[in-house]
Amino acid sequence: MSALTVTNLCKAFGGLHVTTNVNLNVEPGERRLIIGPNGAGKTTLFNLITGEITPDSGAIKLFGEDITRTPSRRRPHLGMARTYQIITLFPRDSIIHNVSLALLGLSPARWNPITNLRHQGHLIENGLKALERVGLAHIAERPLSQTSYGERRRVEIAMALAQNPKLLLLDEPFAGLSIDERQDVHKCLMAIPRDVTMVMIEHNMDVALAFAERITLLHFGEVIVEGNRAEVVDNPRTREVYLGH
Amino acid sequence: MNSATSGRIFAIVVAIGALATLPYWMQGIYYVNVASQILFYAIFALGLNILVGYGGLVSLGHAGLFGVSAYAAGYMLQLGYGHSLAIAVALFMGMASMAVYAVLSLRATGIGFIMITLALGEILWGLAYRWISLTGGDNGISVPSRPAPFGFSMSDINTFYYITLITFIASLALCWVFVRSPFGAALRGTRDQPRRMNALGYHVWAIRFWACLFSGLLTAVSALLFVYYTQFISPQTLALTSSAEVLLMVISGGPGTLLGPIIGAGLVVIVKNVVSAFIERWNFLLGAIFVAIVILMPEGLVPGSVRLWRLAMRWRRTKGGTAP
Repeated sequence: MSALTVTNLCKAFGGLHVTTNVNLNVEPGERRLIIGPNGAGKTTLFNLITGEITPDSGAIKLFGEDITRTPSRRRPHLGMARTYQIITLFPRDSIIHNVSLALLGLSPARWNPITNLRHQGHLIENGLKALERVGLAHIAERPLSQTSYGERRRVEIAMALAQNPKLLLLDEPFAGLSIDERQDVHKCLMAIPRDVTMVMIEHNMDVALAFAERITLLHFGEVIVEGNRAEVVDNPRTREVYLGH
Repeated sequence: MNSATSGRIFAIVVAIGALATLPYWMQGIYYVNVASQILFYAIFALGLNILVGYGGLVSLGHAGLFGVSAYAAGYMLQLGYGHSLAIAVALFMGMASMAVYAVLSLRATGIGFIMITLALGEILWGLAYRWISLTGGDNGISVPSRPAPFGFSMSDINTFYYITLITFIASLALCWVFVRSPFGAALRGTRDQPRRMNALGYHVWAIRFWACLFSGLLTAVSALLFVYYTQFISPQTLALTSSAEVLLMVISGGPGTLLGPIIGAGLVVIVKNVVSAFIERWNFLLGAIFVAIVILMPEGLVPGSVRLWRLAMRWRRTKGGTAP
């Protein structure tokens, strides 16, 4: 059974076809890279998979279960987590509060209006564990407003990891990072065990190629090349639309 | 326990002590009545603050909800029912109208939410004016008597004050528990990043809906105290100016803080009732105060004062460091 199956997925905004008959099959434990020029529909594909946008036609299956019509807020409960290309965090709160919110989202305690959030020991404990995985546990109490851009990228990843996902969608996790910061994020991603399936959008080919086993190339909303690293890099279409000659 | 926490506990104890002994040190019953007004308006502002400050949902129709509860109590008493039933019906009607408000307004956020709540408030105001068989129109409804819970008659000014104080402290405690809870954190999350909250597995609409109901409960409680205080309810109470006034209490004091709405309520009620005895153009004065707050402390009186205090302390420390 595949981790993620996308069948004949279509989405148009008016006359603009942003996703056209996309088929995608990601095996459990796979590391998949999605590349393509700007405006190829990569982030839209993520938004369709997470349900933030409803597709016009086609189907999405998560571990065999059809989730095409499942509300996006239910999908994290089924084991899907994502990070955003544009950092989307809670800037008024501390790092640990951000990660606790990710954990709380999957816990029935989120409806609890009585007990103190700070006394929800398991949230703090598991939040610290997730921060440990991205190397930020030592500054857990720091307000997010006092962190660097690279640290925020890692908080994004920690929030996704805290939800213990089966499928992790990473939208340009290296965007805007310095070389050192890129190494840090790369290390966190490589340390994620194989029971997590990962799909990543990335432009930075050095880090992305080291990460991916299979690559899908999108162009004008269509899959034009798919295969393993060598196949895609050597394909003349890839050179034409993406890598350049 | 660090010094900041113990300082805070000390301040709370002093404040409760001052409020509890207010009828003994305050000169004249008029001012005891003003204190009662501040307290029930503070409950109203705390209720609105749940939405404005913690939910990021600005309502301009809360006077309509306030009015529904007040009219419900007045109408039941006019029909000859007892106080307990009138209070129960008023609380129920307040919450039920809030639920209707929420279902209609939560289709939007931001300006859309403001406009829908404004429209709903205006509809209720219009009904209060025109549905004369139910509301008495312009003449309003008079409430013949005040209740006497556990044998303490609220007709006595001091007793009314104490029962208002107890209700106020209970409401404040409820808000305090609420904002520290996981649900409170979820509500603040939907204010800052609704899209992210949805992607994290939260039901953003439902969180906002339940927050609305909590706000409606506090609004209904304050409306009951109001209607027993004035023993009269007329359409004027539901007017847009009343909605704006309570919103100004929240915004001037500091939305998203527990102390802010209370300070805001104190400011508005004191200028309206006390300062207006000395200055004829008190509306002008209130406007000038709001303009000053917006210019000097756009975040509200309470967070603004905290900021200035910290600034002053830092200035003193650096000055002390370089002086010798």
